[in-house]
Amino acid sequence: MTDVLTIKNLHVEGRPPGGDYVPIVKGVSLNVRKGEVLALIGESGSGKSTISLAAMGFARPGCRISRGEVWLNGRDIMALPPHDRHALRGDEVSYVAQSAAASFNPALRIGRQVIEAPLWHGAGDAATLTAAAVELYRKLDLPSPETVGEKFPHQVSGGQLQRLMAAMAMSCGPDLLILDEPTTALDVTTQIEVLKAFRDIIRDQGTAAIYVTHDLAVVAQVADRILVLKNGETVEEGPTNQILHAPQHDYTRTLMAAVRPAPHLVDHIDPAAAQAPVISVRNVTAGYGALTILSDVSVDVPAASVVGVIGESGCGKSTLARVVAGLTPLREGTVILDGEPAAPAVRDRPRAALKDCQIVFQMADTALNPRQRIGDILGRPLDFYKGLKGRERAERVAELLELVDLPREFASRFPGELSGGQKQRVNLARALAADPKVILCDEVTSALDTVVAAGVIELLKSLKDKLGVAYMFISHDLSTVASFADEVVVLYAGRVVEKGPSKAVFSPPFHPYTKLLLSSVPEMRQGWLDGVADTSEARAASAASVVIGGTGCPFANRCALAIRGTCDTTAPAVRDLPGDLQIACHLPVGELPVS
Amino acid sequence: MSDVSDHGAPRASVFAGLRLTWTAGLAGAILLFWLVLALFGPWIAPHGEAEIISGTTFAPIGEGGLLGTDKLGRDVFSRLIYGVRTTMLLALITTLISFAFGVTLGFAAAILKGWFDVVISRIVEAFMAFPSTLLALVVIGAFGTSITVLVLTVGLVLSTGVFRVSRALGYDIGVMDFVEAARARGEGTWWILTREILPNSMAPLIAEFGLRFTFSILFLSGLSFLGLGVQEPAADWGLMVQENVGGLFLGSSAALIPAACIASLTVSMNLLVDWFQQRQQGETVLEKIDQ
Amino acid sequence: MYRIILTRLAQGLLTLLLASIIVFGATEILPGDVAAAILGQSRTEEALAALREEMGLNRPAIERYFDWLGGLLRGDLGTSLATDRPVADMIESRMWNTLRLALLAAAISVPLSLAFGLWSAMRAGGRVDKTLAMTTLALIAVPEFFIGLILMKVFAVELKWLSASANTRPYFDFWQNFRALALPVATLSFAVLAHMMRMTRSSVINIFTSPYMEMAALKGLPKRRLVIRHALPNALSPILTVIALNLSYMVSGVIIVETVFGVPGLTRLLVDAVTLRDIPLIQACAMIFGTVYILLNLLAYVLSIMANPRLRYPK
Repeated sequence: MTDVLTIKNLHVEGRPPGGDYVPIVKGVSLNVRKGEVLALIGESGSGKSTISLAAMGFARPGCRISRGEVWLNGRDIMALPPHDRHALRGDEVSYVAQSAAASFNPALRIGRQVIEAPLWHGAGDAATLTAAAVELYRKLDLPSPETVGEKFPHQVSGGQLQRLMAAMAMSCGPDLLILDEPTTALDVTTQIEVLKAFRDIIRDQGTAAIYVTHDLAVVAQVADRILVLKNGETVEEGPTNQILHAPQHDYTRTLMAAVRPAPHLVDHIDPAAAQAPVISVRNVTAGYGALTILSDVSVDVPAASVVGVIGESGCGKSTLARVVAGLTPLREGTVILDGEPAAPAVRDRPRAALKDCQIVFQMADTALNPRQRIGDILGRPLDFYKGLKGRERAERVAELLELVDLPREFASRFPGELSGGQKQRVNLARALAADPKVILCDEVTSALDTVVAAGVIELLKSLKDKLGVAYMFISHDLSTVASFADEVVVLYAGRVVEKGPSKAVFSPPFHPYTKLLLSSVPEMRQGWLDGVADTSEARAASAASVVIGGTGCPFANRCALAIRGTCDTTAPAVRDLPGDLQIACHLPVGELPVS
Repeated sequence: MSDVSDHGAPRASVFAGLRLTWTAGLAGAILLFWLVLALFGPWIAPHGEAEIISGTTFAPIGEGGLLGTDKLGRDVFSRLIYGVRTTMLLALITTLISFAFGVTLGFAAAILKGWFDVVISRIVEAFMAFPSTLLALVVIGAFGTSITVLVLTVGLVLSTGVFRVSRALGYDIGVMDFVEAARARGEGTWWILTREILPNSMAPLIAEFGLRFTFSILFLSGLSFLGLGVQEPAADWGLMVQENVGGLFLGSSAALIPAACIASLTVSMNLLVDWFQQRQQGETVLEKIDQ
Repeated sequence: MYRIILTRLAQGLLTLLLASIIVFGATEILPGDVAAAILGQSRTEEALAALREEMGLNRPAIERYFDWLGGLLRGDLGTSLATDRPVADMIESRMWNTLRLALLAAAISVPLSLAFGLWSAMRAGGRVDKTLAMTTLALIAVPEFFIGLILMKVFAVELKWLSASANTRPYFDFWQNFRALALPVATLSFAVLAHMMRMTRSSVINIFTSPYMEMAALKGLPKRRLVIRHALPNALSPILTVIALNLSYMVSGVIIVETVFGVPGLTRLLVDAVTLRDIPLIQACAMIFGTVYILLNLLAYVLSIMANPRLRYPK
């Protein structure tokens, strides 16, 4: 077979603002054959995105391709004049970006953007190309393929836009397709259909593709071959099966080890003896302005335990943390902290109550003041809650740093000098400085690489054992929650749909939404995608999008088992099931999904 | 994401990562030159501020004084040196006034929010619904021309812009996670303002100060040029232009020289601010197409 | 969409009302009142009291404010203190001169600034862009009277090509008009051109940091298409705002230009009124400029709303 793309000894450099060029990619070589999908995997900073763009002879602003050859269809495009090289983009090679919502021009109609590249490169007239695009929409299972092109990007849902972007990339009939984390920004339940659409269209057209991702389970579904990258260098390369099941290199093995098994395969923690709750959220309704985010939510966090709150973006899980912390006002209901009803607003709460309940934010980068030293960041709560000063304070700061496995010397550094994982540890240390009874962890591992995230989870576990602190652990990552939480609460569109001990929630019977969530988490098994994508649940779920604040069961419009006339009109009551499980669903117990 | 972001430099100082360019160096030198003249002017100037040195009015450059004489036969060179002091000092005071009002109210509105923000913002909007020169003219028309009225009026008029910038900064930084973390800890408004928000808005505020200073010079000299600003016999660059416009047709440069001096001051300041902000501007996708 | 526009319209009216309070307030809360200003130094207490009575100054300020506002709405702008002529007449005779200057300058500077701004954006980082950036940066910092005086010195005093006085006569032919108006219009255009150009460029460049612009670039489209078809529609709203802002900023520029070139225009009238403290005239001029300013901004807002597909085609 012939190579569509061959990259030889590629070097790319990047310049941080105000700095000098530093190498990002250091001598990577690769090739992609016709009809083959090559996956580039690695953590952030591995250079995988940069390499994929270099395959188009392109470097992002602030970066430059300093050395190397890029052979596309038998000629070295780096040797071409810039103008000729630019002419190949959108013709022989096309690109699918991470976020379709950001990659469609909001001021132009979708159809025009889809056919723009082939129209410009002279592949046909507008009418022919539009007809071909409609055919593509149909293949991609887009609803109303004839009219979707007439719409503006904001009129279409995120999952559909992502599929439309695939249509945009394929419309020019490229020889090489570059997919840069194309499903990372999507929720798991939307991801399946998009993933399937991408894979089918690549197979269908026989296009060669480079698929960039950090998610090994996704790779298992789409890639023929895998290239593992670290710090801009190739670690190992081989067929998907070999890399996944018989990795040769230690680094690849580390990557594999950090992947958690699917939620229902995890060894669940046995629920500890019942403890008094440190946080008790009772029938809370909250929102911003006219918008209601949380409706009638009740959650208890027992002392020294972990309660996982799971749900997809927009389900209100972060708002729940903010309500507990007093940052977002609640409209109805109460928050009880350590047995005492807490004032709704943080400024009305006494210091002692604030001290006991600390919050850690998702984005480690923005949660630390860039103009304060780590010592001051950690020292402030010590001073604020306990009045520690001078040497005593410095000593305690050093202890805190050691507690989160960071060197003492970090006290004199600024946040900008730390890596993402280190910042998140400082973040955690700041919460621990107050000696809290409970910490609200809002997606604390979501922005981190898998290996780093696994380290942070281990740290959280050991701190819990050492200090007896409880966590309300908010995450969209079911596997992480399943491996770590004593109890789990599933939120959908601002309502609790299911809650109970971890083991009970992740085993049947399920709430239909929990079932959908669980079956949507990609598994490392090759061929997993074929089994799940065509189920009635998956099809029902991808047919509509989340509606917040409607009447009836919030999930009714996406539920394959919905009872018409009941589910869409009446909100289901929470029912107690055996094993402390609670499910809010109209279906009789015997009809709840089981596997 | 771009892979470069991981190499971010520690943001300890607002001047970190700046490299001197020749334009910035030149601009800085010019500003320094004027500053020295402003400080030591009276010891350098050969003649007094209002001293008539020659019977010849509008004497050309080289005759009479070093730069000729003006419409009353005063030394243009000496008046220029006295003028830089008036011009810079007045601009500095008005800028400081505008910052005192603008920054305080802007940050207060951003932090306190609610009715305070609504009321203040509406009032500022109503003031901004007027061209600033017009507003100043109305007030000067009401209160007459005196240095106090001038400085207060221009300071207040300019503070509306400073208010807008500070309020926007306060809102942008106020929703960042590290401020939320301070709020969740139970910190008071004063701590959040002085320890969290202010240190992180220094760079844009410094740039804004430079721009407002430039604007203030232009504004004040514009008013002086209309005869509504600084009054005789004081020397002010804008006033000097106004006094000597008639000489233009007699071949005198007595009006052009102070005008050029104002331009040198404001252009230098703008270049310096531009250099200070340069670091925020990077390459764009457009440039990458050609590479 | 129409609700947003109507809300904004109501806001505009409210702002205008607030502005009228400011204008009235600023000129009424005088140290001494209008009567004292009219009589000047030679006043006696009796004469002052009589004049106050005659002008109705003894009535409460609120009552007088509404009288004044009612007059404004009926087109009665009051009587000048300095000349005793109706303010409306004085303004009418001067208005055209100012309007002509501003319209000519706008007609020249708006298209030029858009063209240069887009050209500069297309050449971002190149020599053209850098030169234009440096030139405009300098131009926006230069006082208008300096530009005016230099132009006058070169073209009127030295070369004698153009006229230093912008006074036109009804019998002037095209070239005579041109000779008279070229310099003031050029000065006025320079002042706003540089600023509008820079803002046009930066609005467009700002759009280029969006992922959708990278996407469009990776389709292999040429720069011209990227700038005009992809970036411009999204930059329209900030550009319109900047144009409105600069056109209304022209008021300040016009004041200087009318003084430099001796144009008998509205702003010159205002400056004289300020010098003579002719309160009714100041109030009327201020309200006229204020209304124009608010209307321009309103127009820019409505246009940018109509250019936004999110608002034109709701979900």
